[in-house]
Amino acid sequence: MSDHVKEPMFSAKNLKLFTTPLGRDNPITVQVLGICSALAVTVKLKPALVMALSVTIVTAVSNLVIAAMRKYIPDRIRIIVQLVVIATMVILVDQFLKAYAFDVSKQLSVFVGLIITNCILMGRLEAFAMANKPWPSFIDGLGNGAGYGIILVIVAFIRELLGSGTVYGYPVMQKLGIYSTGYENNGMLILPPMALIIVGCIIWYQRSKNPDLIEKK
Amino acid sequence: MKEFSNRYIFIFSAVMVVAVATLLAMAATLLQPQQLRNLEIEKKKSILESIGIESTRENTESLYEKYIKELYVINKAGEKIEGVDAFKVVIKDEQKKAPEQQYLPVFKAVLDDGEKLIVLPVEGKGLWGPVWGYLSVKSDMNTIYGCTFDHKGETPGLGAEINTRPFEDMFIGKKLFESDKFVSIGVLKGGAAADDPHNVDAISGGTITSKGLEKMIADCISKYSDYLIKNRN
Repeated sequence: MSDHVKEPMFSAKNLKLFTTPLGRDNPITVQVLGICSALAVTVKLKPALVMALSVTIVTAVSNLVIAAMRKYIPDRIRIIVQLVVIATMVILVDQFLKAYAFDVSKQLSVFVGLIITNCILMGRLEAFAMANKPWPSFIDGLGNGAGYGIILVIVAFIRELLGSGTVYGYPVMQKLGIYSTGYENNGMLILPPMALIIVGCIIWYQRSKNPDLIEKK
Repeated sequence: MKEFSNRYIFIFSAVMVVAVATLLAMAATLLQPQQLRNLEIEKKKSILESIGIESTRENTESLYEKYIKELYVINKAGEKIEGVDAFKVVIKDEQKKAPEQQYLPVFKAVLDDGEKLIVLPVEGKGLWGPVWGYLSVKSDMNTIYGCTFDHKGETPGLGAEINTRPFEDMFIGKKLFESDKFVSIGVLKGGAAADDPHNVDAISGGTITSKGLEKMIADCISKYSDYLIKNRN
């Protein structure tokens, strides 16, 4: 790599790696990956945030590890190697949550383990980390994790506010005294289908703002 | 990408597996004490919940010390067994033993107003996995004071409703005995009359969990029946 000019760590190109997955190339709304967990953990903000953080850490670190090893990974067993790295990271995260965030780990229960099967991870490792240097891969992982997280947080915010009348466990609706006017929480929003509908609305909004995201007929 | 020899692939996989195994084993060992502590707090929290005391992670320990006055293990005949830590008894392991050899933990609690309660652990099977809980019984050894249930993986919105307040509150005031006969508490599909002393409503869409819960209470509490009859006042 000595023939390359050394690139600054936060070059425009690297920053773009972080920002495109937040919007134009969002893993959930544009690539439509990781939908399953987006439905499951977005009833309340807290598990959604922890899930977002966990996925971001796992994606970024696995990307880093795979990118660092990419020249030594035999092509024929690369998928296995990627899975081993992801699984290791997920188990570590799960163990840490069980030790230091027990309540959250109880709420997330099986979904932490299911990060392993989150398509965003394998997708990024195969498409990006296997062909790029560690640092850009790390940023790419952070960006994709954050892009996933941002959608999770938006969906969870709407579902928690309208479904349970709270935000991050704080009883907003009650404090505003809205219940006395006959308002009731919408139980529908607690059910998974509403998450899909909210994600659908976000996709709709995003595409109407970015016409070039719409597939050509 | 360049070709790698089979030999290289084997060595690569072997080294990778050993490295990963070491890392995970280390993490598991280092984090275990903290994880076990969390489980202990969780258990104390559930016991407190069954006597109607809400606690947070921070004050669970102190509240537990305050309200749970005594704990011991009995056998099926209702005799106390010395030298066993009731808190450490694992119900699931006990259920594998012969009924006469099982250790049955009893937690004695005294509330602020002086009311004496006993808390009995129960454990059984739901639809997808284990369900468990604690029942607190008043000093007449018959009336339920409160209870709490939990589950490993019942369906959210259906079977998982067993650990919600409205479901648990239905058990309050129900009776375990009809004079000297143990009848337990049934979980009735189609609903139970509010004044029915031995039944509560099942959960719609959670029939198997409800049935499991009913069986769990009948199985576990019936083992205490001699003890409960003996200690009536």
